[in-house]
Amino acid sequence: MFPPVPNPGTEATDQTFGAGDLMRRSASKVTPPAERQTEVAKLIDVSKCIGCKACQVACLEWNEQVEEIGFNDGRYENPPDLTEHSWTLMRYAEYENPETGNLEWLIRKDGCMHCEDPGCLKACPAPGAIVQYSNGIVDFKQENCIGCGYCIQGCPFNIPRLSKTDRKVYKCTLCVDRVAVGQGPACAKACPTQAIVFGTKAEMTEYAQTRIADLNSRGYDKAGLYDPPGVGGTHVMYVLQHADQPELYSGLANAPKISGLVETWKSGAAKYTGLAAVGIFAAAGFLHYLVNGANRVSAEDEAKARDLVEGDRT
Amino acid sequence: MTNNWTDIQNADIVLVMGGNAAEAHPCGFKWVTEAKSERGAKLMVVDPRFTRTAAVSDHYAPIRSGSDIAFLSGVINYLLSNDAIHTEYVRNYTNAAYIVGEGYGFSEGLFTGYEEDRRAYDRSSWEYEIGEDGFAKRDMTLQHPRCVYQLMKAHFAAYTPEMVQRISGTPEDKFLKVAEWVASTANGERSMTIMYALGWTQHSHGAQNIRSAAMIQLLCGNIGVPGGGINALRGHSNVQGITDIGTLTASLPGYLAMPTDAEPTLDSHLAKRAFTPLQENQVSYWQNYNKFYVSFLKGMYGRNATADNQFGYDWLPKLDTTYDALKMFDVMHKGQTTGLLCQGFNPLMSIAYSGKSVAALAKLKFLVSMDPIETDTAYFWQNHGEFNDVDTASIQTEVFMLPVTSFVEEEGSLTNSSRNIQWKWRAADPYFESRRDTDILADLFLRLRKLYDDEGGTAPGPIQAIDWSYADPMAPAAEEILRELNGRALTDLRDAEGKVVRRAGEQLAGFGEMRADGSTDGVQWIYTGVYSPEGNLSQRRDNSDPSGKNVYGSWGFCWPANRRILYNRASADPDGKPWSEEKAYVFWDGQRWGGADVPDFPPTSNPSLRTGPFIMTPEGTSRLFARGFMAEGPFPVHYEPFEAPVLNPMFPAIRGNPAARVFDNDMEIFGDAEEFPIVATTYRLTEHFHYWTKSVRYNAVVQPEFFVEMSHALAEERGISPGQMVSVRSHRGEVKGRAMITKRLQPLQVDGRTLHYVGLPLHFGFVGQARKASPVNSLTPPVGDANAQTPEFKAFLVDVTPLADPVA
Amino acid sequence: MNMDISRRRFLQGAGAGVAGTALGAFGFGGVEAAYAATVKEFRLFRTTEARSTCPYCAVACGMMVFSAPSAETGRMEVVHIEGDVDNPVNRGTLCPKGAGALDYIRSPQRVKVPMYRKAGADAFEEVSWDFAMERIAQLMKEDRDANFIETNADGVTVNRWPTMGFLSGSSCTNETGWITWKVARGLGMLQIENQARI
Repeated sequence: MFPPVPNPGTEATDQTFGAGDLMRRSASKVTPPAERQTEVAKLIDVSKCIGCKACQVACLEWNEQVEEIGFNDGRYENPPDLTEHSWTLMRYAEYENPETGNLEWLIRKDGCMHCEDPGCLKACPAPGAIVQYSNGIVDFKQENCIGCGYCIQGCPFNIPRLSKTDRKVYKCTLCVDRVAVGQGPACAKACPTQAIVFGTKAEMTEYAQTRIADLNSRGYDKAGLYDPPGVGGTHVMYVLQHADQPELYSGLANAPKISGLVETWKSGAAKYTGLAAVGIFAAAGFLHYLVNGANRVSAEDEAKARDLVEGDRT
Repeated sequence: MTNNWTDIQNADIVLVMGGNAAEAHPCGFKWVTEAKSERGAKLMVVDPRFTRTAAVSDHYAPIRSGSDIAFLSGVINYLLSNDAIHTEYVRNYTNAAYIVGEGYGFSEGLFTGYEEDRRAYDRSSWEYEIGEDGFAKRDMTLQHPRCVYQLMKAHFAAYTPEMVQRISGTPEDKFLKVAEWVASTANGERSMTIMYALGWTQHSHGAQNIRSAAMIQLLCGNIGVPGGGINALRGHSNVQGITDIGTLTASLPGYLAMPTDAEPTLDSHLAKRAFTPLQENQVSYWQNYNKFYVSFLKGMYGRNATADNQFGYDWLPKLDTTYDALKMFDVMHKGQTTGLLCQGFNPLMSIAYSGKSVAALAKLKFLVSMDPIETDTAYFWQNHGEFNDVDTASIQTEVFMLPVTSFVEEEGSLTNSSRNIQWKWRAADPYFESRRDTDILADLFLRLRKLYDDEGGTAPGPIQAIDWSYADPMAPAAEEILRELNGRALTDLRDAEGKVVRRAGEQLAGFGEMRADGSTDGVQWIYTGVYSPEGNLSQRRDNSDPSGKNVYGSWGFCWPANRRILYNRASADPDGKPWSEEKAYVFWDGQRWGGADVPDFPPTSNPSLRTGPFIMTPEGTSRLFARGFMAEGPFPVHYEPFEAPVLNPMFPAIRGNPAARVFDNDMEIFGDAEEFPIVATTYRLTEHFHYWTKSVRYNAVVQPEFFVEMSHALAEERGISPGQMVSVRSHRGEVKGRAMITKRLQPLQVDGRTLHYVGLPLHFGFVGQARKASPVNSLTPPVGDANAQTPEFKAFLVDVTPLADPVA
Repeated sequence: MNMDISRRRFLQGAGAGVAGTALGAFGFGGVEAAYAATVKEFRLFRTTEARSTCPYCAVACGMMVFSAPSAETGRMEVVHIEGDVDNPVNRGTLCPKGAGALDYIRSPQRVKVPMYRKAGADAFEEVSWDFAMERIAQLMKEDRDANFIETNADGVTVNRWPTMGFLSGSSCTNETGWITWKVARGLGMLQIENQARI
């Protein structure tokens, strides 16, 4: 058993990281700390996952989210998709393995991958709406969010969700408030079978190798670690039985990289070109902010901020 | 569980069958995934549905609901015919060598002694031959034609892999892989654990399902060893403790028996239960039955219980017949019950045939629901359209719904599935006006007693005799009650030399200290030691594991005597040496028994005495041949469910379990395969707990609505599309839900025909946060297991048809 | 450490970075404070913790239950539950039921006060505890007096009350179980069951 994180205390203690540890900040220049914090990572071992949704409930409970009660649409996914409240979701795929003739129920916990090279942050025009700490956590700051939805388009994993209520975008924080006091994310703590474990990225990478060896011994020759280089690696990684076919796992991106659109913005293309491409949903958000002057940010400021994306990491 | 949750990590093979541990017990299931990742264990799952347990298995074999005995008997046949058994274990620790009397026989699906009109057996021929020395005869060479081993070989020979496939629908290769993996543990060096739950119990032959599995474990030598055992994964948080306490129609605490009309005196009750060993040098806790019984009576009636009044035996009610839950509702349905108290119990949802349950509840004069949350039962009188279509005005039942504290608002002990008694501390004040169960019951009891004191009435004696000497009679403290369960010395207890071993008033350290003369009390002998002179051991939180075998012996208190694996003497060979280094657990060191656990054996009993390791039985061995202890026979037989899609392929003339009880007029409530060709099984989802979490928003979010699981083939045949509303009808009722069409269900080939089945989650009703649904038990038949009366929820017949979607 | 000190130190740390000033230079002064407040405070600080066990299945997972006085009622109410890592069985994990147990405690279906439905009525009404208990006791006594059997046809003392049933909850504590047994059997009931066989 991978040693679990000790129980939390109730006495206030210092946070182990904060503003001084920002490595990136959307639409802003930051000077990263001289010394980077140890990178953290969550490892999701799909082969140990029983699809119980404890992670979903623990996430809702810890983050005090009130999700809608939906319907059954003939699938196990509930809610049917990620939402502004449900920052993680179990996705279920029934796969008939042509090599063995056996049915495999591939159950993957979906949610933010906390990319080393975060497309959401790079796409974000609102200063400080998305931040990245030097330990690898990518966090959304709703107070700075302008609801434009660019991050949604910028994300190669289709993770952030815009709230219809407050026009802000939400996603997994990797329980930044827990990690800051030495705890692991709520989902990892709850996970009954340790399909989710949390530690330093180095530990998780090493631990994954033992899991891969176990899977190899059970006939999964192509088992491997999903830590895609196209986004600089991730701070949420998967152990997959079929690492050569990530798409089997409810469409997990094979070789994800940051959308070309983000690159377009970076190169300073006219904003309306970009706007047309991001689609109606994001455009609605963008118009909303133009009309209502969200957060007192002018279009000019936004354009400036967008230019900053290019040089956000010194 | 004979073993315990953490011990599962010691297994080499895990068989999950008749259960769905990953979904119903996710956090206990981690010890399966640990066994896999830490020691390379293999998990196999045998289930009608490809469950979330199957999702992480190494081998999955489908099976038709209700045919487990055929499958397991096939495994037994495989082990016997390939001589893949742990021979020394079988010879010495089971009754394989015992010689059965000449009168015993089995033919055409029935054992000797069947009485058709009673649907019951005269079991007298199912016994051993007794020798002149008064002990049962044995042939340790296992060659005698009437020894249990030879009888087994003959009895199970019919269950070939072909027959298993024909009855159970399990493809032969998938069956054989299971049998081979089971056989790989029949050697003392490897072990297999079997994990089951209601998928085995909820059949008219449920107890024999479990016996079949236990027999496999005995043939492999997997009982009493680390990583072995036959492990019932129990449902409610304290169903083990409440069963131990014995709030069951025929039970006293600690598995002592309720007196019956045929036992007019204490002596007559005790005489029936005297311990008669069937071999030399056998010992049993049960030889102390009288000590436990008298200590119980002293706890119940205190000073009022004396030697002169049989310690109050007369005050105890005497059973005329047993009233299991199905029977209770049958009696209620006949209008013979006036009032019902439901404490944390939602029978409208949980008892078979809800239509009958509603009609029964409507005949009560009053109903009391004591529960933290509203239950469907408490609202049985309210019309909820198609989900509960009743005529409210005509229901004359008075209903009380009393607010009870939730689990965090009280303290106390609970006994988990591993028999571990653990304390929980109070974390919050009572919400709203809720009160603890114990306070409500104390209030009720004291009011009634006062009414009898003040006004008189029928038989006030038994009420007035009860000992209620709690510090605060209106609010007995949990610690105080646990001390009462444990028992104490009432006078100074002396040993044979007259030395005082326990002072008057001191708590008892173990049930060995109990006396039959009224000098000790203690209502729950199996728990004695939990509140010892050392204090409340259920509060122990030392999670060290000195043996490294996942024992955790200082965490809480495990009954009996803090023993973590039952029958653990069997982990050593007859001379007391471990069967293997790998599985060393409890052994003889030349002077004493010791090892990683509290030995399940007299601590200084020399192995040369050949006292058997199964010290609960008069044989000292386990029983492959059950003698007269099972209603339908000493060996398991494949009987079909009462509603079966095929005639019994082995014994076509027999419908259902020939010894199962069928209520008057209830034969006609069974449907037939012509009208209802599809097999249905009810099951739990990991997102929900019974009928509680439909009132819990988080759980309603992650699984909001009832659905009907079916194969693509069935959906195609019936013209059903994914997510479409469908009707599921049995001969007793109808439910509607959305179709979940999946590859995880596949039609089976059974006895030459293609058989479809559907899975129905049981959690939904008309009260709560989740979407409303009719109780799934609208469909199920009120017939129970022949021994335990557990209803047959896991195999019955339905038909499924598509409905027009109400939402355009 | 108290809130003020930790807050001050935190702000000093933020001020030392270049980012804060850069923010102002771009005319985003209005969001400066928001930027400074980086990581949300851990919400269990200044709560009270108690060790419990999960109310659901018989794995009996160890739970840490965190409570705080309710602003509304002044009573200690639960704010969060997570698994107890010290428990050798669950090692801190919880399943979707256990992880969501907070919503059981505060379920809208919690019965808040004693409720009573008269014969034939179409709704429950709120009643006092005293009313409910007195009425139940009266109903029980009436029936016990009418239907209790002291001796059977053979003259054997049987002391049974065949017309009253008690379904005993298998999620109750052992202590509740015993009080239930004592009261129900003490009154003479035979129709006593729990969830063990269903």
